[in-house]
Amino acid sequence: MKSPLAKIADRRVLDASLVAVLLAGFFVADSFLDPFAMQIFKLCAINIILALSLNLLNGFTGLFSLGHAGFMSIGAFSCALLTMTAAQKQMNFFLKPIEPWLMNVTIPFLPALIISGLIAAFAGFLIGAPALRLRDDYLAIATLGFSEIIRVVFTNLQTVTNGSLGLKGLPRFTTMWWAWGVAAAVTVLMVSLVRSSYGRAFKAIRDNEIAAEAMGINVFRMKLLSFVISAFIAGIGGALLAHHLTTIDPKQFQFLKTFDVLLIVVLGGIGSISGSIIAAIVVTIMMEALRFLDGPLNLIFIQTEGTPGIRMVVFSVLLMAVILFRQQGLMGQKELSWDLLSKAGLLPRFKAKE
Amino acid sequence: MDLRTFFQHLANALSVGSLYALIAIGYSMVYGILRLINFAHGDVFMLGAYIAFYLVSSALMPWWVALLVAIGLTCLFGIGLERVAYRPLRNSPRISIMISAIGASFLIENLAVVLFDARPKAFAVPDIFSTVVKIRGVSIVSVSFFIPLITFVLLAILLFIVHKTKIGMAMRAVSTDQDAARLMAIDVDKTVSFTFGIGSILAAVGGIMWSFKYPQLLPLMGIMPGLKCFIAAVIGGIGSIGGAVLGGFLLGLIEIMTIAFLPDLTGYRDAFAFILLIVVLLVKPTGLLGKNQGEKV
Repeated sequence: MKSPLAKIADRRVLDASLVAVLLAGFFVADSFLDPFAMQIFKLCAINIILALSLNLLNGFTGLFSLGHAGFMSIGAFSCALLTMTAAQKQMNFFLKPIEPWLMNVTIPFLPALIISGLIAAFAGFLIGAPALRLRDDYLAIATLGFSEIIRVVFTNLQTVTNGSLGLKGLPRFTTMWWAWGVAAAVTVLMVSLVRSSYGRAFKAIRDNEIAAEAMGINVFRMKLLSFVISAFIAGIGGALLAHHLTTIDPKQFQFLKTFDVLLIVVLGGIGSISGSIIAAIVVTIMMEALRFLDGPLNLIFIQTEGTPGIRMVVFSVLLMAVILFRQQGLMGQKELSWDLLSKAGLLPRFKAKE
Repeated sequence: MDLRTFFQHLANALSVGSLYALIAIGYSMVYGILRLINFAHGDVFMLGAYIAFYLVSSALMPWWVALLVAIGLTCLFGIGLERVAYRPLRNSPRISIMISAIGASFLIENLAVVLFDARPKAFAVPDIFSTVVKIRGVSIVSVSFFIPLITFVLLAILLFIVHKTKIGMAMRAVSTDQDAARLMAIDVDKTVSFTFGIGSILAAVGGIMWSFKYPQLLPLMGIMPGLKCFIAAVIGGIGSIGGAVLGGFLLGLIEIMTIAFLPDLTGYRDAFAFILLIVVLLVKPTGLLGKNQGEKV
């Protein structure tokens, strides 16, 4: 028996209606969310961007990189310096004046965002070219090393980054539309990249490097390409984060920041775009929702005084549980699609693909 | 720079170097046997220092007994860590077990923040370690003598264990080929536990000595020394005990001496280790004393 829904259950119709529902949702969110909820809502989008860029490396190309905080920091500082006005810069750099050539650069947000992504990508190229000769854990530790070097250099470049004082009073450019718009663009980019011949080459390298090379894939070039794209996206994510927080300093981008993103990628499933997206949203919201754990608790039998940090313990236990008992994370390497939902019985069956 | 200051720096470099060496050995042994970067090793180091702090300041026992008990407890913790976080993943891809190590490190750090409080604690260092000795105008804190001494004693014991005892032979066998070792009736699980135990003992001694030298305890104090010591192990050639010692001393010397001769670079101190790491990895990825291993298809 055919349900009436089956007739309209065409993938394109479903896609279009999903986009419509999401757009409507954004309009509702834009007008109804209070400022605090809005902050978290925007942070979800930024975390999606960061998680996707790390997943491109770890999940799709099989390169275990721990250097994301470095690229984020490059993107954040470049974008901040490009968009701040001369007066704002003067206010920040009271210990030592800023380099003169940086003083009067002020450009609009969109070009600044793209340029900071490109700067991060260039740094990715410089770092990747030597580091990608290494494998597995050596690559991980080398990229981690590079991100720490970037942090130390930024802490000491008093006339460019204002050293450990960082930059304050950045223009609040990251609106909900910017954050989610970029997140959507990055998602589309990732999906089409993964489906393209490049994406297939990435996955071939992940599954078996030697076999991929035998198939005529230029392994080193593909790895470098993936690394550079990932650095570009991470740079943009960092820039959005900077204009979301409006205050940045090099210490924020310690490698614990990379761990935060890695946590999302692992929970969502290494090698799944939709997994990363879902995990980014869930983790970001839970990080805030679990804040009550840090305050005084009243569990009828047990009453505790507020202990800051319980929230993070709960989170790390959760992470360990996932690592030990469900290594593939939420989605594994699968993607959430209409077909998957229909197989799970949540949607009526489709007609076979033409 | 006059000779006196030079010797002052040299003494400092040697004690920092021996600390690095002590912790690097733990990394190197675990990597040699499991091919795993034990990211939580730095946190075991932190834990050793904290347990010692609480036992010493509880004043239930003489300080040296307290230190021995702390080392024992840390050893048990290390063995437990391997059993809970690494053993279930022994046959999974290497990346999974590394993520587990990162997760374990994350968990221990966050637990430490809750249990020990994020505010720094001051270690009441026993007098024997904190007296200042003056030799020809060079004043050196006695702990700077004890650290290299203890390191060498422990190193001698360790080399004896690895090369002259049955369990040492088992360790070497497991690190060469786990499956073949199992066929030779070697209990791989027991050997791995033993390795983690030794590594954690060394980390605990390192942590205690570290907090004697820099008497301030923080829940996140293990991160940087942990990373640096891993780097020291890589520089020396990971998997080799001698290499870890060499790498540790080299890193300590380079760090302290560069700052001594070029004070302008003080702010960059934490970057030296990473720069050194990258140079070594690019020029000789197996490290200074590492053996070249052919790649298997």
